[in-house]
Amino acid sequence: MRTINHDDLAALTIGATVLGTGGGGDPYIGRLMAEAAVAAHGPITMLAVDELPQEGLVIPAAMIGAPTVIVEKIPNGSEMRKALAALERLLDRKTVAIMSIEAGGLNSIVPLALAAELGLPLVDADSMGRAFPEVQMTSFTIHGVSATPMVLVDDKGNSVTIETINNKWTEALARVATVQMGGSALAAPYPVTTAQVRQAAIRGTMSLAIEIGHIVGTPGQGADERIRRLLERMRGAVLFRGKIRDVLRRTTGGFTRGTATMEGHGPDSGSILRVEFQNENLLAVRDGRPVAMVPDLISVLDQETIRPITTESLTYGQRVVVVTTPCHEVWRTPRGLEIAGPRYFGYEFDYVPFQEGGVA
Amino acid sequence: MSYRLGVDVGGTNTDAVIVSPDGSVVAKVKRPVTDDVVTSIRIAVREVLSASGRSASDITHAMLGTTQVTNAIIERRNLNRVGVVRIGAPATLAIPPLTSWPDDLRRAVDQESLVVRGGFEFDGREIAALDLHAVADFVDRVRADISVLAVSSVFSPVNADHELAVLDLVGTRWPDLPVSLSSEIGSIGLLERENATVLNAAVTNVARRAASAFRDAVEQAGVHAELFLTQNDGTLMTLDYAMRYPILTVACGLTNSMRGAAYLSGVTEAVVIDVGGTSTDVGVIRNGFPRESSMAVEVGGVRTNFRMPDLISLGLGGGSLVKGDPSSVSVGPRSLGHRLVLEGRSFGGGTLTFTDVANAVGAARIGTHRPEVDTDLAQRAYARGIAMVEESIDRIKTSAQDVPLVAVGGGSALLPDRLEGVTQVRRPEHYDVANAIGAAIAKVSGRTDRVYALEGRQREDVLAEAQTLAEAEAVRAGADPDRLEVVQVEEIPLAYMPGNATRVRVVVVGPLAAPKPTLG
Repeated sequence: MRTINHDDLAALTIGATVLGTGGGGDPYIGRLMAEAAVAAHGPITMLAVDELPQEGLVIPAAMIGAPTVIVEKIPNGSEMRKALAALERLLDRKTVAIMSIEAGGLNSIVPLALAAELGLPLVDADSMGRAFPEVQMTSFTIHGVSATPMVLVDDKGNSVTIETINNKWTEALARVATVQMGGSALAAPYPVTTAQVRQAAIRGTMSLAIEIGHIVGTPGQGADERIRRLLERMRGAVLFRGKIRDVLRRTTGGFTRGTATMEGHGPDSGSILRVEFQNENLLAVRDGRPVAMVPDLISVLDQETIRPITTESLTYGQRVVVVTTPCHEVWRTPRGLEIAGPRYFGYEFDYVPFQEGGVA
Repeated sequence: MSYRLGVDVGGTNTDAVIVSPDGSVVAKVKRPVTDDVVTSIRIAVREVLSASGRSASDITHAMLGTTQVTNAIIERRNLNRVGVVRIGAPATLAIPPLTSWPDDLRRAVDQESLVVRGGFEFDGREIAALDLHAVADFVDRVRADISVLAVSSVFSPVNADHELAVLDLVGTRWPDLPVSLSSEIGSIGLLERENATVLNAAVTNVARRAASAFRDAVEQAGVHAELFLTQNDGTLMTLDYAMRYPILTVACGLTNSMRGAAYLSGVTEAVVIDVGGTSTDVGVIRNGFPRESSMAVEVGGVRTNFRMPDLISLGLGGGSLVKGDPSSVSVGPRSLGHRLVLEGRSFGGGTLTFTDVANAVGAARIGTHRPEVDTDLAQRAYARGIAMVEESIDRIKTSAQDVPLVAVGGGSALLPDRLEGVTQVRRPEHYDVANAIGAAIAKVSGRTDRVYALEGRQREDVLAEAQTLAEAEAVRAGADPDRLEVVQVEEIPLAYMPGNATRVRVVVVGPLAAPKPTLG
């Protein structure tokens, strides 16, 4: 058990952006909401998965919608509370803990406002270990846990309860409802038992995000030392050091896809790294050979500040360190790769895990 | 005759120039800024006029670029007390207005705030009907405590009707209460746009004083010209317009210097470097205008989203301190600043600066003394400073190709003639007053930045509508309606959205309309 204070929220914002692997939405709004809740209700208690009660209902909370709407139409603030109350009524159970569905991006921090407000503990876990763009891309789905009943609540107080035959349908129907609600809504998906959390959740990811944020945000320590500590903590490796030479973006099917090309320097002199992204970074190709791919994490960091760079702010001339971290093992199972492997994102090849010196 | 007077009030100097009808610089002066600012403007205007040999009646337009508004925010001085109305409930209540503001600035603005029902969805539907009664009750209650009102509304860049309804209400019932509307100040991003709007309201008095000081100074010099202020994007606002949107002046000094550099060198696509005593700014001009930053910009510790030039600022200038030995030399960010001419070795003092090492390696010839500097140290320190400059140039470029560089500012004489990534280093004449020239030659702009649902509409119609709105704004700001030119069209589709919701940005610029002939 540990508590999350105001400083940890700032660190979580940074760590969530690293785990967001270029996407996941700007955590800024979530941070302001969580800070206000912590200021009003005191710090949040975070429980390790093993510390959860034997029995009980755990509810994840998440924001769903278009990033442009989320920065314009700020939530009312009562949506998550209402969604949780609706699920409790429907299931006739009381919630024992709150959880983040993804450790990367905006949704890592959104549930913290709810936990602070209700005085409920936060689980030190998530269901992605990173950020993904769709509701069904969770370790719960892989373990056969239903995303529904799921309650969506909008800023006006409308709510929709969704029950679907599988989690891909949840994604499809939730998107339609969200558009009608004005392009953004708060969701309480995946009502799970503590037993299901023990079985399916990806453990320790919230404290990981907070620690990453503290490592990145520590001033006075050299960039190399901070990267070394970061990789040690994430069990990751440096893929490339270089300078962005070109960024191309195009829009297909409502998603922005693109490619950033980097020219190596130092030990990577003479090499070219290409990072392909769709909201999140998906693939890193070194001199024509894939070296890391989704669902492994690929993060682009500023070489001097070690701050993560999101896909929308990649520009020519940035000095970057590209790092990769193995995804949670659940993503490397056949079911995991079906849901979030390279083929799901339109690539014509099978997943190969990252190895030093290149894959395949 | 139609001569233009350009004045730039910076941190250290007030510069003034006179530009002839054919666009050449007729006269220039540089005078230290006085505490009251207005005295230095008056002196500079009078001296530049007399140096030009023109009569006061030849000056038809006078343009001012000033840091007074920025300084008031940074120093939290003379700010108005602002009433803040946000239209958007029941949405937006999770984060009240001014949430992330520094305490001292929030106290200085001393606001009362209200969030009322209303606002729009991204597709133009109402979130709720506007509660005008609540607004009227609020203004009634706080009228005695506030001197200006700031109004923001959810998705007002898409539909400003609710903000305009509040403007109407206030205009009818409290005609002497100035109102700032967010839809006229910022783009998508409610908190950032609202912050910018509250800051805009808070500098109302500061801007009025700066404008009337400028008017007085110019008139006391016998000049009766049309007066303008320059804004962040390098274009002009009439004084009336500037009084409504003073916040748009916050970065005008940097922009004016880049615009001046483009003008003086005759290039429209280049990297511009402005080297001062303490810092160096590196930016990009495209089409003759500064490239805008896409990142959230902080002003006085507050996150905003308005148009600012995309710049890299380096702690390197003529007065930067050089420390260490040849094996580990450092340059800046600490600087002698204006004390360079007293304490720098090239001026007979004892402190080693970047100017001294530039002199020692033969890259420059500045000052009154030949400094004694270890050759190895000088070479390494100079190379270090130039490497910082070269890296910034490379970072700010948009492609790997070499580009021309225009160097301005008093310290630009320290730069070498060749730099990596640069085809040619240009040092135009009058580089030391590029900012005042940038003000004098400024054009007028108008812009739109809105989200449109393209489904069921012709894309061309939408773009034409956006362009019409931008043109109307430019004409309101004083542009010649017959000579407008579209300089930017940007369409950004919104992810996760059906109906082809697309953010459209259009910018038009045009030269000033000629002074109106009087009839009869």
